[in-house]
Amino acid sequence: MLREMTSDPKFRKVLVTDGKTPVGQALVRALVQAGADIVWVGHAEPWKKTGGLEDITALPQVTLVPLDLTNGRSVSELAGEIGGKVDIVINNAEVHRTFGIGSRRGTDVAKAEMDINYFGLLRLAQEFGPALKGRSADGVTSATAWVNLLSVYALSNFPPHGTFSASKAAAYSLAQCLRAEMRPAGIRVINVFPGPIDDEWNQHMPPPKLAPAGLASAIVKALRDGVEDVYPGDVAQEWLERWRDNPKVLERELAAGG
Amino acid sequence: MTTETLTLLGGLVGALASGRIRVVDLTQTLTPEFPQIALPPEMGQCWPFRIEEVSKYDERGPGWYWNNFSCGEHTGTHFDAPIHWISGRDLPHNSVDTIPVQHFVAPACVIDCSEDVKKNHDYLLSVEDIERFEAAHGRIPAGAWVLMRTDWSQRQDPEAYQNFDETGQHTPGPSSEAVRFLVEQRDVLGFGSEAIGTDAGQGYHLRPPYPCHYYMHGAGRYGLQCLSNLDKLPPTGAVLICPPLKIQKGSGSPLRVLALVEG
Repeated sequence: MLREMTSDPKFRKVLVTDGKTPVGQALVRALVQAGADIVWVGHAEPWKKTGGLEDITALPQVTLVPLDLTNGRSVSELAGEIGGKVDIVINNAEVHRTFGIGSRRGTDVAKAEMDINYFGLLRLAQEFGPALKGRSADGVTSATAWVNLLSVYALSNFPPHGTFSASKAAAYSLAQCLRAEMRPAGIRVINVFPGPIDDEWNQHMPPPKLAPAGLASAIVKALRDGVEDVYPGDVAQEWLERWRDNPKVLERELAAGG
Repeated sequence: MTTETLTLLGGLVGALASGRIRVVDLTQTLTPEFPQIALPPEMGQCWPFRIEEVSKYDERGPGWYWNNFSCGEHTGTHFDAPIHWISGRDLPHNSVDTIPVQHFVAPACVIDCSEDVKKNHDYLLSVEDIERFEAAHGRIPAGAWVLMRTDWSQRQDPEAYQNFDETGQHTPGPSSEAVRFLVEQRDVLGFGSEAIGTDAGQGYHLRPPYPCHYYMHGAGRYGLQCLSNLDKLPPTGAVLICPPLKIQKGSGSPLRVLALVEG
């Protein structure tokens, strides 16, 4: 009963959509630590080398799989191969660049953000969603949860990262739609709203920043506790409080620089 | 029986029909898996090839199948126009829509560097290589394409094709001196390669950076890259047919590259 009300990764088979980022690698480690049976790890553009991938692929539970959320065919091929086995999807793939409207010419960067952060989720949900829904009562290691790595900027636009915020707001809205479609089948959709993460694309942000390992353990905890919305870290907690208090005041304060 | 007048084109058609002239496809297939050129992440990026169904004899269109696709001007097997590079930006007829169409049908010389590239992925075509080629096959005529055969296109795995390590990309290309020789001494039409660029993977470290782009386009010449099947061409005597898409002010375009080969 308790196991049904939560989504404990222990003994479960998990897909992490992007293994090339520090967050992806921390997630893989946390899931293995939590007793996951198999962790499939998405690997886009394999010719682009990033550190850390060898360390996680050395773990016996881990298998790298080709997955590029910008490529519909890649998503549907992987769903065909492992869609019927995945118990938990963790979509951590994202594109994050700085700037809002006036500081960058053109729309190509904003499109790249949308293509992964929003359309990537849509492609993934169309291909993996039905298989998960069909297996929610499949014994003790049933399909159980879908995790979206969003951003606290989805609640209210953070203008210095304006187009990224917009893409995460779009993803948040779609994640609510996914939750509505998954709920009748008993698949929990967990939305995660971190503040700035301590990674390359937040180098200009002052501390406090959320360590990838901290974010990963917050996600594992949310799976274990059966929580739907997670705001990990001090910045996210503070923003959430201000947003709950008065979204209009938060918007004005963010427009004024914080 | 009427007397047939053998026109030039009639002769060509007859030779094509009888197989005395063959058509060789030098084009890589456009697929989402074919790698695109990778710039440092803070720079603007060329889109890879992506394709999505509009309908496939289904509820979206019961009687027909079609797709939407997206890509950059420099995706897959593609043509580089002089306007692509800053050195060629002010030249007349420098974009794909204004280049004289006669240039899209031209002879090709194929210099085989495949053995050198096996030993050295960063191999640079040298002036000596060109002189050795000419000693064996005759002088490169003005207005010809020079294609560098490396067999690089036979690397089917995108990772091997891109060939990155911690110091960057390692793919063959021409030396700065070779490019200047081809432009200034041989008046070539352009330079073609099998790797992802006309310049070597380490071409940024040459002087000037990316010499093939700099000198070829600065002199109004063209580039072809991601070519395949160069091993099926004779050293001289092939004719390339390679018209890019007519994109207004286009800096290049994906295209089908065909070679006519005798015998």
